[in-house]
Amino acid sequence: MTHKQVIALDVNNVSVAYGGGRLALRQASLQVQGGSVCGLVGMNGSGKSTLFKTVMGFLPPLRGTVQVFGQPVIRAQKAGLIAYVPQSEDVDWNFPVSVREVVMMGRQGKMGWLRRPNAVDETLVEESLERVGMSAFMNRQIGELSGGQRKRAFLARALAQEGRLLLLDEPFGGVDVGTSEAIIALMGELRREGRSMLVSTHDLGTLETFCDEVALIADRTVLLYGPTDEVLTADNLAATFGGRSPLHAQPSAKRVEVRP
Amino acid sequence: MTLEFLLEPLQYDFMTRALLVSALVGTVCAVLSCFVILKGWSLMGDAVSHAVLPGVVISYLLGLPFVIGAFFFGLVTVSAIGFIQSRSRVKEDTVIGVVFTALFALGLVMISKISSEVHLSHILFGDVLGIGDSELWQTVIAGTIALIVTLLLRKDLLLYVFDPTHARSIGLNTGVLNYVLLTMLALTIVTALQTVGVILVVAMLITPGATAYLLTDKFSKMLWIAVACGILSAVIGTYGSYFLDGATGACIVLVQSLFFLLAFIFAPKHGQLARRRQQMAERADELGEGGPPAAPRPVLTRVRASGKTEASD
Repeated sequence: MTHKQVIALDVNNVSVAYGGGRLALRQASLQVQGGSVCGLVGMNGSGKSTLFKTVMGFLPPLRGTVQVFGQPVIRAQKAGLIAYVPQSEDVDWNFPVSVREVVMMGRQGKMGWLRRPNAVDETLVEESLERVGMSAFMNRQIGELSGGQRKRAFLARALAQEGRLLLLDEPFGGVDVGTSEAIIALMGELRREGRSMLVSTHDLGTLETFCDEVALIADRTVLLYGPTDEVLTADNLAATFGGRSPLHAQPSAKRVEVRP
Repeated sequence: MTLEFLLEPLQYDFMTRALLVSALVGTVCAVLSCFVILKGWSLMGDAVSHAVLPGVVISYLLGLPFVIGAFFFGLVTVSAIGFIQSRSRVKEDTVIGVVFTALFALGLVMISKISSEVHLSHILFGDVLGIGDSELWQTVIAGTIALIVTLLLRKDLLLYVFDPTHARSIGLNTGVLNYVLLTMLALTIVTALQTVGVILVVAMLITPGATAYLLTDKFSKMLWIAVACGILSAVIGTYGSYFLDGATGACIVLVQSLFFLLAFIFAPKHGQLARRRQQMAERADELGEGGPPAAPRPVLTRVRASGKTEASD
């Protein structure tokens, strides 16, 4: 594929600290190739959220650089290249907005200064809703949806935005098996269109079905990233999850060589 | 006869002025209140409104329009809160409490020591019936600016309140939006000072929005409902205060609280009665009253393979 030559996301040796001075990410490096899906795996508090926030430009790196399609984060955002799908816990589901309005928010950056949607925006919103199978629910208030429908609504927003790098924060959190499969199928389609994805997940079992690459995060840094089958070994997972791989029944004796 | 009685207050120039000013203040505050309650800034509103007190006194001393000093101190409060919070381990509500009580106390000391001519009670509780020409114009100008800026930017502000991460991801400057909203908050408070006073401003800034929030699930409707509540309560409150010969600001706030109470009980979907009805319906359904017996629930036969998917990082 032609998209493979570009690097969608390049996190190079990045360290990040919160306001209080505590280091939240230490010399983390990670690349997502154009048109590929990268899984982000690690325990709670390992630095996954921090990495997301850094890629979104919320936390300026102390050292190192983050580039999206060869541009600094701010420029990539102005160009609408980065789409973000939040995890369910981060959304106020009582907020007085409808599904359609949420999806329209994906277009807002491209509207004029009065933020009036034009015909293109309307069409894209409808197509995006159609694509995730949410057209029938577009006038519902977002809190009236099931867990799976909520995810789909926000996926539709990312589609409407036409972002080229999608950040999905726990897309399988609190959804049923059917929705999981639908989301994985959709990610496959998007990948074939040449879009790149960074997906944080706890669901190790499905990683191999949709990830080209996997990055293991532990102790506030990226331990290792690379092709899924090479990274997802018992030893590597044991190192990530502190002792024993949740995927492999056999506990392993030797530990992985950890990147500096 | 009744009509005559009701029209009596309108013969007085001060009453028509008071009605117009309080209706404008009600409108501006109502619009802001929709953002304030969704963002969870009620305490911030309370803080800024108290903390402008020294600004009012200083304006008086320097012979400046009170709007300028109050607005300046509003911004000082917001900045001080942001500064201390980002640089200490103390939680936000604590920082807000410390900052605004400090500034409010400073204002009280200034009034008692420096200028005995400033009427403390007028600043604390408002005096819309006695509003002078200069205050009237200051109120109108500040209120109009706050209203226009907020309405023009409402879509970006709403997106920022709902999902700042997404707002950022489409290239909006969330830092600027945050300060625009805070600045409009300060400006609105300044607008309402003359009408309801420092202590009760916060009611104007949350109650109409909260009432509307109970009545609708659409933000555009919420804005209209809040504005209707704001204007109605301003007019009824001002009118009522004439007949009661009571404090105007407090009367307005009471009417607003009454609207909220009505919505809390009778709102079609989120009100207490509707909730009760829904619970009763569910219970009746479960017990199979007045219908065919409910089908037995399918028993879960196997535990799902993957365990915890809910937890977040």
